[in-house]
Amino acid sequence: MNETSPLSVLDRPNSYIGRSVPRPNAKRLLQGRGTFIDDKKLPRMAHVVFARSPHAHAEILSIGTDAAKASAGVIAVVNGEEMKAVCTPWVGVLSHLQGLKSQPQYPLAVGKACWQGEPVVAVVATSRAAAEDAADKLEIDWRELEPVTDMETALSAKTPVIHADLGDNLAWKREFNAGDVDAAFAASGATLVEEAFLFGRHTGVTLEPRAILSDYDPAEEQLTVYHAHQAPHMMQGIFASHFGIEEHKVRVICEDVGGSFGIKVHTYPDEMATVALSIMLRRPIKFIADRLESFTTDIHARDHRITARMAVDGDGRILGIEMDDLTGIGPFSVYPRTSGIEANQVVNLTGAQYTNQNYRARATVVFQNKTPMCQYRAVGHPIATAVTEGLLDSAAAAIGMDAVEIRRRNLVADDAYPCKAPSGLSFEKLSHHASLNRLVEMMGYDGLRREQARLRGEGVHRGIGIATFVELTNPSAMFYGVGGARISAQDGCTLRLDARGNVFCSTGVTEQGQGAEAVIAQVAATALGVPLERIKMITGDTDTVPYGGGTWASRGAGIGGEAAAQAGHALRRNILEVAGVILQARPETLDVRGGAVVDMADGRERIGLDEIGRIAYFRADTLPKDFQSELMVTRHYVPKEYPFAFTNGVQASLVEVDTDTGFVTLLKHWAVEDCGTVINPQLVDEQIRGGIVQGIGAALFEHCLYDERGQLLNGTMADYLVPMSAEMPDIEVAHMESPTRDSELGAKGAGEAGTAGAPAAVLNAINDALRPLGATVNAHPATPEVILKALGKV
Amino acid sequence: MASEIEIRLTVNGEPVVERVEARLSLVDFLREKLHLTGSHVGCEHGVCGACTVLVDGEIVRGCLTLAAQADGSSVTSIEGASDSGEIADLQAAFHERNALQCGFCTPAMLLSADALLKRNPAPSREDIRLWLSGNYCRCTGYHAIVDAVASVAEVRRNNSI
Repeated sequence: MNETSPLSVLDRPNSYIGRSVPRPNAKRLLQGRGTFIDDKKLPRMAHVVFARSPHAHAEILSIGTDAAKASAGVIAVVNGEEMKAVCTPWVGVLSHLQGLKSQPQYPLAVGKACWQGEPVVAVVATSRAAAEDAADKLEIDWRELEPVTDMETALSAKTPVIHADLGDNLAWKREFNAGDVDAAFAASGATLVEEAFLFGRHTGVTLEPRAILSDYDPAEEQLTVYHAHQAPHMMQGIFASHFGIEEHKVRVICEDVGGSFGIKVHTYPDEMATVALSIMLRRPIKFIADRLESFTTDIHARDHRITARMAVDGDGRILGIEMDDLTGIGPFSVYPRTSGIEANQVVNLTGAQYTNQNYRARATVVFQNKTPMCQYRAVGHPIATAVTEGLLDSAAAAIGMDAVEIRRRNLVADDAYPCKAPSGLSFEKLSHHASLNRLVEMMGYDGLRREQARLRGEGVHRGIGIATFVELTNPSAMFYGVGGARISAQDGCTLRLDARGNVFCSTGVTEQGQGAEAVIAQVAATALGVPLERIKMITGDTDTVPYGGGTWASRGAGIGGEAAAQAGHALRRNILEVAGVILQARPETLDVRGGAVVDMADGRERIGLDEIGRIAYFRADTLPKDFQSELMVTRHYVPKEYPFAFTNGVQASLVEVDTDTGFVTLLKHWAVEDCGTVINPQLVDEQIRGGIVQGIGAALFEHCLYDERGQLLNGTMADYLVPMSAEMPDIEVAHMESPTRDSELGAKGAGEAGTAGAPAAVLNAINDALRPLGATVNAHPATPEVILKALGKV
Repeated sequence: MASEIEIRLTVNGEPVVERVEARLSLVDFLREKLHLTGSHVGCEHGVCGACTVLVDGEIVRGCLTLAAQADGSSVTSIEGASDSGEIADLQAAFHERNALQCGFCTPAMLLSADALLKRNPAPSREDIRLWLSGNYCRCTGYHAIVDAVASVAEVRRNNSI
């Protein structure tokens, strides 16, 4: 509770907390008046395209540029060696992922290319079409090298080592052991289930491709980068470090961003190359990835092969879990977040919702000649959840227990908090049982089971899948900062009262469509006491907003929101000091409500904020000499009590499987989510829904298919399947609220929960449909081919 | 360099005469020559639907249509449809229902939805889902979009009675 606030932000009059107000800044997007990077044009702007490696692993013998340089409209042709002069290489490691290694990476390949799509030569021209014409005229001689594509054999002696300096293809290994797994598995009466899971590679497919427009002014030594990115301050630091520019001379501006999902939170070589070119050529350079480039160069996600075992007793109680994860991350650990975090999360999160404390896990992270893999929405969660929940359903089937019942017997009790997962994660307060009960009621579970049985008699194979899970949100400095990465866990909010009583609100969290600006505005308006329409949001500009981490790991509402709450309280106190002087009243007898200063006791209006602004800014001569008004305040916040604010959720999927074609029809999906204080229920619902559909994409459709030479086979939107409206179900969402006490606001994140739980729910539903037919599917995506194979039909 | 041709057309009600490369797509023409940046380029492949515009009242893929093909036509982009007010109800419903997140697909989604409602004033949820299945949205999961379109269909029906 705030020391001088009469009420916490949750108790303010005219509160916007918990209200589904429409997003203030969405109207421009509805009218096509958004400003995405490709909508921007600067004077003397030129366009870059990249010649990329056509091979997964190949030595660059020579680069012939004469014809390209002579092509119409060409301004420059630059290779990796030439670009080394302006940009130092980077290495994606974190000290707390002990032993993680990677190779220095350059903007353009130097010496050899390590994946199909790696940028090799930059061609700058007056238009993108002219640059593409010229790039076609480059003559690059290659010597193909044996590619490392199969992660199963990446560490075998016969497999070539991608980076000789590293000694082998092992990026990282983690082993974890808690309790006594061997004793648990050997216990008398234990039933053991074992499954092998496959999680294919997929990618983010943001509708706006990656985009950057970099402008360098050599006179001021000022770098200005317009960037489709989630973390402008992080990129400011990276550009400063690798281009040797003072950090305050680097300005990163993120205006409208067309989807991110973790795709746009990394350092990409072609984007670094674009910045390098703007410095080398002293003019603005624009790079917009086309869709084919997106598929081979946006980070990929997942790619795990997991074998896992679970033992349960006759009452369905989990006795122990063992999990072995092998994952391939491409040729480099991605900078600066690294490609070790996903496997780390799989180890940390498996079984974390249950009381069992006997747990053993191993994660082996290997290099391969495929597109780099890194953090994408729900990092590790969908894997851990699908493994845990898949095993639990197998165990339930083995002992003849209902899927809901076995979860009730294992979920951590709602009154058992605080507590720890076997991996050591701390849980402050979760609501697994209440959430499961709500879900069962919402979906009419018993009725669905009866209908399923009836239809089974008619040869219709329906399945119901349940998935419970925890989600990591509001990360503290324990996530990245502790490992040496300059990624801010704290965030700030600045509020400034203007001269007519309106409020500028700037925050370090960023907007890519989630509604971050809306929830920050709602919290600030509530804490301050002004109508929402009085607030103007400013985000995504390192020159003007408080230093902060941006938007990732479901941190915007919980961390940015708390900073806004504290800033709102602070500005209100300052306003009341001014009002107290003007009104000759004690500030603590006053409040700000509805955009005016009122008497605390009865709400009677005393003076408008417009009048406060007028007097403070234009007639300070009427105020006492020893009084100075301060109508601009900044407050920051970082979680301190807990390294992460965990949320919990549960989802259910109802599917029908056509056993002749292998097609899965999604009939309905339900979700109950507990993200603590809900600031805007509609925005949370839509985060959950959008996340679920991304998870469904992973479960049924999305797969980056490679051949044995490391060639991506389906890198177009026509070949790579994404969820479209016709196949998607309606999704019902409900909430529980277990606020975190690490902040006054109590909000946790909600951005990734949908994606965390959906694949497990869908696969469990498919297996529920297939189980009487003796088939099991543990491969994501569960395509018709996978299902027909499981049924023995192909 | 590809050859240039002159085209004359109407864009959002205004007459336009421009010389364009024969290979220039309609969406690139709108974006680069006329600075109408509300139509977006998502795949340049005819799959994602983000470039949808109206040519003589019919929705087309702006990336699969050449600017030259629009010679003599009347083209309406999101800017024109917004300024005329003809889709104001859809825009308001999308806003109210949060049927957009990043907004990159939204202009095209609105034009496609309006085309559906002109053809079928009483679409079921399945009809809406099927019709919009040519417009990719990565953010919303589509549920809110279907809700918004269904609500406008109902209001338009009630208003036309």
